[in-house]
Amino acid sequence: MKIPSSIWTLLVGIGLTLISLWYGQNHGLLPAAASDEAVLIDGLFNAMMTVSTGIFLIVEGVLIYCAFKYRRRAGDSEDGLPVEGNVPLEILWTAIPAVIVIGISVYSFEVYNDIGGFDPHAIHESPMTQSSMTMPGTAIAATLNDTPGNTAPNLNQEKSDEAMQDPATAAVRNAEQIPQKQNAPGVGSVAPTIGGSPEKAGKPPELVVNVTGLQYAWIFTYPETGITTGELHVPIGREVQISMTANDVIHAFWVPEFRLKQDAIPGRQSEIRFTPKQEGDYALICAELCGPYHGAMRTQVIVEKPEAFAKWMQEQVAANTDTLNQAVALNPADLSPHEFLTPYTKDMGIQPEILKQIHK
Amino acid sequence: MTQAQLQETANFPVLVPEPGERHWRDYFSFNTDHKVIGLQYLVTSFIFYCIGGVMADLVRTELRTPEVDFVTPEVYNSLFTLHATIMIFLWILPAGAGFANYLIPLMIGAKDMAFPRLNAVAFWMVPPAGLLLIASLVVGDAPDAGWTSYPPLSLVTGQVGEGIWIISLLLLGTSSILGSINFLVTLLKMRIPGMGFHQMPLFCWAMFSTSALVLLSTPVLAAGLILLSFDLIAGTTFFNPTGGGDPVVYQHMFWFYSHPAVYIMILPFFGAISEVIPVHSRKPIFGYKAIAYSSLAISFLGLIVWAHHMFTSGVPGWLRMFFMITTMIIAVPTGIKIFSWLATMWGGKIQFNSAMLFAMGFVGTFVIGGISGVMLAAVPFDIHVHDTYFVVAHLHYVLFGGSVLGIFAAIYHWFPKMTGRMINEFWGQVHFALTIIGLNMTFLPMHKLGLMGMNRRVAQYDPKFALINEICTYGSYILAVSTIPFIINVIWSWLYGKKAGNNPWRALTLEWMTTSPPAIENFEGIPVLATGPYDYGLEKADEGVPLSDPDPVLSGGPNSVLRAEPDPAVAANPEDR
Ligand code: HEM
Ligand SMILES: [Cu+2]
Ligand SMILES: [Cu+2]
Repeated sequence: MKIPSSIWTLLVGIGLTLISLWYGQNHGLLPAAASDEAVLIDGLFNAMMTVSTGIFLIVEGVLIYCAFKYRRRAGDSEDGLPVEGNVPLEILWTAIPAVIVIGISVYSFEVYNDIGGFDPHAIHESPMTQSSMTMPGTAIAATLNDTPGNTAPNLNQEKSDEAMQDPATAAVRNAEQIPQKQNAPGVGSVAPTIGGSPEKAGKPPELVVNVTGLQYAWIFTYPETGITTGELHVPIGREVQISMTANDVIHAFWVPEFRLKQDAIPGRQSEIRFTPKQEGDYALICAELCGPYHGAMRTQVIVEKPEAFAKWMQEQVAANTDTLNQAVALNPADLSPHEFLTPYTKDMGIQPEILKQIHK
Repeated sequence: MTQAQLQETANFPVLVPEPGERHWRDYFSFNTDHKVIGLQYLVTSFIFYCIGGVMADLVRTELRTPEVDFVTPEVYNSLFTLHATIMIFLWILPAGAGFANYLIPLMIGAKDMAFPRLNAVAFWMVPPAGLLLIASLVVGDAPDAGWTSYPPLSLVTGQVGEGIWIISLLLLGTSSILGSINFLVTLLKMRIPGMGFHQMPLFCWAMFSTSALVLLSTPVLAAGLILLSFDLIAGTTFFNPTGGGDPVVYQHMFWFYSHPAVYIMILPFFGAISEVIPVHSRKPIFGYKAIAYSSLAISFLGLIVWAHHMFTSGVPGWLRMFFMITTMIIAVPTGIKIFSWLATMWGGKIQFNSAMLFAMGFVGTFVIGGISGVMLAAVPFDIHVHDTYFVVAHLHYVLFGGSVLGIFAAIYHWFPKMTGRMINEFWGQVHFALTIIGLNMTFLPMHKLGLMGMNRRVAQYDPKFALINEICTYGSYILAVSTIPFIINVIWSWLYGKKAGNNPWRALTLEWMTTSPPAIENFEGIPVLATGPYDYGLEKADEGVPLSDPDPVLSGGPNSVLRAEPDPAVAANPEDR
């Protein structure tokens, strides 16, 4: 019995749909989703994967079908049946991709809104301003460079201090804890990126961490407690705001399990907000080329239960004072990256092997 | 009479006893013949492809293991910087210019380009620029800030290398601007009388769109690079944040050119594929106008999507949405092309020679790059995978699976025309098989690497990615091996291949209506259009009346619109003006 081609088309269509739907959910290509945002983004990815699988199978299927069905037989030098165009068909396959990309755009738009892409107040509404104003950032930053033997005015430091007058900037700059390199740029324009989700927009985040990227390390400061560390600790279920900038070149803050990434740009400050969801140790990776040892610029993010987090905080507050004193005694301008980083390394969560590779 | 016979009888090829009356020395000199220049471009760019390919394999060898054990991290960074720069600016872009030079005048029935000397000048900027770039390796201070060369990093790593990189790119940019002016003027002014825009082969449409894009975007890159060199040499702070400059501004300027550059790299080969598929499927191209206008649409849209490379740097939220939408829209004209090619093959009589295989390989792999491109346009997802191996996979599916396979399809297709000899099919097919296997083995697994968390441009990585990286590395060795049969085949066939005759594929476009290789001024007299460029299987012109004819007696017939009198203002030969 000969099966009519419309039935074939239908069967193939159903088959393709089923395969696409299955693969879209079961591709296993993504790492664990450890933040609330990650779940939303994975939903988008799975949807795109479903559509993509379908398109991929159709195109490759037609290609392979043609290769078998319309192969030229030996000795046949005739031309094929001329079909130059078919307006309804052309409209159809203009419309289908158009509908697909509009669909994906709308979905992306939704997800982007839900993860806080449109929060316009992001940085300026930060309550951080309060605590940072009470910290004499400018004064300490000045002392940091006030070491004997260096009389040249640090123009950059002046610029940075100027910027520090803006409390929001001061909050991000970390100047209280991190020595400024002689040529480190001050903070200029604010580039808010992923803010609070719509229901949290405008509200203060539950925890603020300031991050400075420098070749080749991340330094985290918890402004509320003054802790400075080399690895990021965050509690489950509390919205965290990362405010970042960079000391030398562009770096990028990326935690694959959070599905979030943001460049840390010297001369700018940027922020992202997210809510950790799943306990564990994750890699925090620098994703923007920042020099030969870019690959070694990684550390840990430790997502822990609120109690564990609180305990860690207390330990740090005690231990941190030492590190700070060490740092203040140095003039970073005269230091090699290695010397500059030494006070922090024990804290930074960089594996010793990697450090050895960096600073041979 | 078939269409091919009709077209050929209307254009009895010039009977030059020694059609290629040229000396090998011509190819090493300041020759102004567009065919010589075309081949100069193609051979030069292929040499750079091999150099860039060796660098790619060195990069992959380093990545075979998670540790830094093959080269130092500094050298690693120089390698991938030079690899990318060479592949883009010294291989794909000049190869496109090479085909355009060779084919445009032939396809539109002209004797040469509009500005033959300018044409030679444009070519002769390429070799010095390339040698300069490679010389930086020898002086021991190669550029190592990536081919994007973002400040401040590019201002603080090897200064000499960075300077060389800037000069080299400025030369190459100038060259491509000069080339594009030439293509545009030639296409606008030198078509034979009777060839309206809609009788032009699709490759010409593609080059038209490409050239317009080059003219609009390259100057912005030049401006960005010049400002960068001021920062580098003169201590200005346009982009240097230490003095209040803004590195993000550089990114805008850079991508305003470099995003269009990817269309500059792919459009010519969209054009070439639109030539190859109908000939070897023996069918008219499906949706001629749709393909032609979609090239223009891509070229226009290409100018307004650049910030999708900057979703994770400092761009405001709403701007991300704007660029997401414009980027997504590009998928529509691209999709139109892919479907039209498929429809052209559908119901055809496909001849599986190497040219057609590479064309089908192009469609099959490019579509993967296109799909991942749409995914990357979705901002929330791009934020996850930006600057990871997912992007490396995407760009290679587009550039290797698209542009490079397109170049090979074009070489196999026009080889008989360029050399007068047939290329060996068996070794062509071996080349194809190795390329497809190597390509997918190298780049397909990279999607997973990126999604799982491997960032790009790193010499050392998390050991959990070791296995996948090892597979990619072996794939890249297969790719390296794949070029060997090609190189030998080309050289051997060029010298000893079977004689090709004028039109071995029975194609209808005008370049096939002259001798192979074409005589110095291409055609004897002005060729006529007896058929459209893709009228395979059509019998509508069976009266044998050419669509256009220089003979005024025939004008006024059923196709009189197309048979306009030669316009004295539009000379086919620059010397006739
Ligand atoms: C022979 C086959 C090729 C192999 C094995 C290969 C391999 C690679 C690898 C491993 C990288 C990543 C380097 C890194 O992120 O550390 C890379 C980057 C790149 N490749 Fe290729 N590649 C090949 C061919 C091509 C071709 C034909 C092009 C054409 C334009 C190309 C353009 C690029 C570009 C633009 C980059 C980005 C470099 C960057 O991140 O700055 N590659 N390639
Ligand atoms: Cu970094
Ligand atoms: Cu980095």
